[in-house]
Amino acid sequence: MNLRRDVFQAIADPTRRAILLLVASHSMTAGVIASNFDTARPTVSRHLQILTECGLLEQEQEGREVYYHLNPKKMREIAEFIEPFRKLWDDRFNKLEAVMKKYKSKK
Amino acid sequence: MERKTKVHAEDGKQEITITREFDLPLELLFKAYEEAELVEQWMGTRVLKMENKKHGSYQFETTDPMGNKHRFNGTIHTFLPNQKITRTFEMENTPFEVQLEFLDFESLTSDTSKLTMHVVYRSVELRDQMLKLLFAQGINMAHNRLQEVIQKLK
Repeated sequence: MNLRRDVFQAIADPTRRAILLLVASHSMTAGVIASNFDTARPTVSRHLQILTECGLLEQEQEGREVYYHLNPKKMREIAEFIEPFRKLWDDRFNKLEAVMKKYKSKK
Repeated sequence: MERKTKVHAEDGKQEITITREFDLPLELLFKAYEEAELVEQWMGTRVLKMENKKHGSYQFETTDPMGNKHRFNGTIHTFLPNQKITRTFEMENTPFEVQLEFLDFESLTSDTSKLTMHVVYRSVELRDQMLKLLFAQGINMAHNRLQEVIQKLK
């Protein structure tokens, strides 16, 4: 068993999150994805491999091109998708609390 | 780890409820939503426009890690200080349709308060799609904030 294939481990990396963000809008080839980053092409390929292995991305062969898209089945596992959403709001609200505590002490 | 922020999203429903209890008096919690300068600080966004009144509107702008700017906007339907904000929320230049947000503010004790955010989407599919996008994008934003905070510490 490879623990790195865990979904949350996979999205811990900023480049991989950026890749998911890109592909969330529409499917694209590895080349197009890589052209959005300054990172070396093999590094991007490695990220794509990890995202595919953990099931977040799916590959689709179209002629000679391989397109990557977000895995809709993973989407069914709503709970998994809620946690990042919850975390986002939790971080925002923690920040709100910190900002307002500082604001109060300034008064 | 204490989970102060709770998200309730039932499978097959077109809504999400987010609740959070704050170690802040109600007035301070509401002020964080009322003053543009404070919104900018905790949301990590630029406030381009914010009219806190019935029929007023707002527009925010964030910048993603690739330097692209994303704008979102909405119309205020209800603005009751320390009680309630009802507004729409729309991401510009995306296929996502507008969503409706009900924000209820309540006092728990003199030092604590609670926010309940009820978000309604046009369809179940749209809600799930939004979660999918936020799944990718939301973490980026949270991560950016973290980076900023860390950079300030240096």
